[in-house]
Order: sequence, then C-alpha cells, then structure tokens
Amino acid sequence: MIALALPAATNESEGFVPPTIDDLHLPEILPWGAHYGEGFGKQMLLVLLSVALISWFLVAASRRRQMVPGKFQFLGEFSYNFVRNSVGKDLIGEKDFRPYVPVLVSLFFFILVNNLFGSIPLLQLPTTSHVGTSYALAGIVYILWIVLGIRTHGIGYFKVAVVPSGVPKAFLLPVVLIEIVSNFVVRPLTHSLRLFATMLAGHMIIALAASGSAFLLTQTSGIVPALGVLTMAGGVGMYLFEIFIQVLQAYVFVLLTAVYIQGSISEAH
Amino acid sequence: MNDAVLYAASEASNPLVPNVWEILVTTLGFAVLLFIVTKYVVPAFEKTYEERAQAIEGGIAKAEAAQAEANAALDEYKKQLTDARAEANRIREEARAEGAQILADLKEKAASESARITEQAHVQIQAERNAAITSLRTEVGTLATELASKIVGESLNDDARAGRVVDRFLADLETQQSAGASK
Repeated sequence: MIALALPAATNESEGFVPPTIDDLHLPEILPWGAHYGEGFGKQMLLVLLSVALISWFLVAASRRRQMVPGKFQFLGEFSYNFVRNSVGKDLIGEKDFRPYVPVLVSLFFFILVNNLFGSIPLLQLPTTSHVGTSYALAGIVYILWIVLGIRTHGIGYFKVAVVPSGVPKAFLLPVVLIEIVSNFVVRPLTHSLRLFATMLAGHMIIALAASGSAFLLTQTSGIVPALGVLTMAGGVGMYLFEIFIQVLQAYVFVLLTAVYIQGSISEAH
Repeated sequence: MNDAVLYAASEASNPLVPNVWEILVTTLGFAVLLFIVTKYVVPAFEKTYEERAQAIEGGIAKAEAAQAEANAALDEYKKQLTDARAEANRIREEARAEGAQILADLKEKAASESARITEQAHVQIQAERNAAITSLRTEVGTLATELASKIVGESLNDDARAGRVVDRFLADLETQQSAGASK
C-alpha cells in the first residue's frame, strides 16, 4: 500500500499500473501488430512449437530402441513409463489401459510443455492460460469419455452415468439432477478451468512481482527501492513454485482424464 | 481501488471467453501430436519393452537350460561313478570266487593225486608181497625138502614128489590156520 501510495503522493507519474489480463493477450503476429483475436498470435505459434518439440523428442527417444537405454532414451522412457504405468495402468486397470496410452501420453506432454512455456525466458507465456486451449483439451476429453461410455453401455450409458444404484426413490430426483449437473456440466468446466486458472493466476503473480519490482527499483526513492528487492525475491520464489505447479497441473489433468475414461468403460457406476 | 482495476480489466476482455482460433489451433495441434504418438511413439516404446522383456526372459530360459544341462551331466557322472564302483566290486568278487575255485581245484587235485599215489603204493606193496609169498613158498619148500632129505636120508630130489609134499604141507598149514581163526 505504501509502495502504491508513494508514487501518487510524489505525483511523479500516474503511479503504478498493475498488469492486467490483456497483458497476456499480445498483438498478433499475422497480420503483424493486429489486435488480439484478429489473426495468428504468439499463443498459437507456441502451441505449434510445442507439438513440434514433443513430436521430435518422443520420436527421437523412442526410435533408438536400445536394450540398454542411453540418457536421452532413458528420459523419454521414464516420462512415457510414468504416464503409462502410474496414470494409465494404475487408474484404468491392467486389462483395459493399453488403447488409452497414446491419448494420455499426448495430453501429458502437450500440457506439460505448454505450461512450462510460461517459465521459459523469452517464450514466457503458458499457452494454457489462454482459456481457448484449456477448453479445447477438456472438450476433447469430454467428448472422448462420453463416446467411450456410449460404446460400452449403449445409449443407456446416460442412465448409468446419472442414476446411482441404491438410492431411495424419494431422493432419486434431486440426486439425478445433481449427478447430471456434476458429471455433464461441472466436470468439463472444472477440468478446463482448473488448468486455465492456475496457469493464468501463476503467470499474473509473476508478472505483478516483476512489474512491481521494476517500478519500486526504478521509479521510487529513499528506502523504498529496498522493498523492490523483497518483491523480486518473492517473485523468484513464485517463479520456482510456478514450475512445480505447471508440472503438477499437467499431471492432475491427465490423472482426471484417466479417471473419467475409467468411469466410462467400467461396468457399474 | 482494486474494483476499478478489475472492472477495467474485465471490460477490456473477459478471460473466460475463448479465442476461437486458439481452440482451433490447439485442437489441430493436439490431433497432430496424438497421431504421431499413436502411430510412431507408442508402438516403438512398447516394442522396446517387449524386446527387453523377451531378452530378459530368454536369458533366464537360457540360464535354466544350462543349469538343467549341468544337472544332467552331474547325474550322468554320478551314475557312471556308481556303475564303475559296482563294476569294480563285481570284478573283485569274481576274482575272489575264481581264486577260491582255483584253490579248491588244486586241493582236490592234490587229494586225488595223493590218493592215487597211496593206491599205487598199496598195489605195489600187494604185488611185492605176493611175489615174496611166491618166492618164499618156493624157497621154504626147497629148504624143507633139503632138510628133510638130509634127516630122512631118502632122496627127495625128485621135483614132482617134493612139490606134492610141500603142497600137502602147506595145505595142512592153511587148514590149521583157518581152523584156528574160526575157533
């Protein structure tokens, strides 16, 4: 508050202006400098870059097929194995998990790399903090588990999904309503918004710490710049924490995907 | 103060409203990635695992085969050793039996030989005795006849007569002898 009040009191400038959501929405690349939303932008470029990077990494790591893997192959096998066994096999079950390994692996690497873009200097934009990407990924998973449910149970899947067994008739109506809302409305929303919101919030905090530090160190006088050192230290701490969150959210997203798939292909509700 | 900032921000752009192009790019990008992962990455990794598992299992099978072979060789060796021991025992037994047989044969031969020699000796003795008896009979006759002729003065030089006298004498002697024996 002091930091914010001081510049106003000195009347040096118009004061500290915190970064807004729009600071994530940079002008477009094609056409150059156009307003956000009117063309091909940095976010889309990063998405395509991530696809190229992940494809290159996975294909290169899997192509060597050494019996005793080198470091590079080991890194690929380790991360692939992590998704395949810790997420796919453990949650979907040893019998059925194999067909879903590709989608789980693709999702995990896609989200991981796109999240980590937020912590890579110069790129510095978690593409999942743009809600379109999160909607698209959660939407793909939403369609996937509904299709799988219908394939397993036929059209009666919707009854299986919303009518729990063993509920007294008196409570059936509210329970079914809650289940419909929770499964078919809230589930995809939370699935996408959890990813989007954590990435956006983390990025905003770092942006705020960075711009605040810059302001305090350059635009103030006296002992106030010392506070800028504190905000900068906090910003670095948040940067490291954010890397952890970026990895964690990729894991959580894939974990929930596996849970949804398992729920659709399992027999009972 | 913050309300104004937030209001301004939300007026500028609602973060929950997606950019449709971003949805499209993400979906297409993800589809491409999914295709590559499905087509190339997962089969390659799975094949590597399979080959590795097979290599490990093959190694174990090979080790088991070698172990079985070693066990078979050991069994064979033990069996041969047992056979050889049995063979040695058998040969030793045979030798012992053979030795005993030879010893028995020799003993028997020696016994029969000694019996034969004894028999021969008996026969010879008998023959010599007979010869002695015959000789004696002649000698005694001659001597007695000469003695008697000297005493009687009658010539008993006639061989035929002398023979008859001697025979009669001897017959009397034998009769007396057998009578004495029967008494």
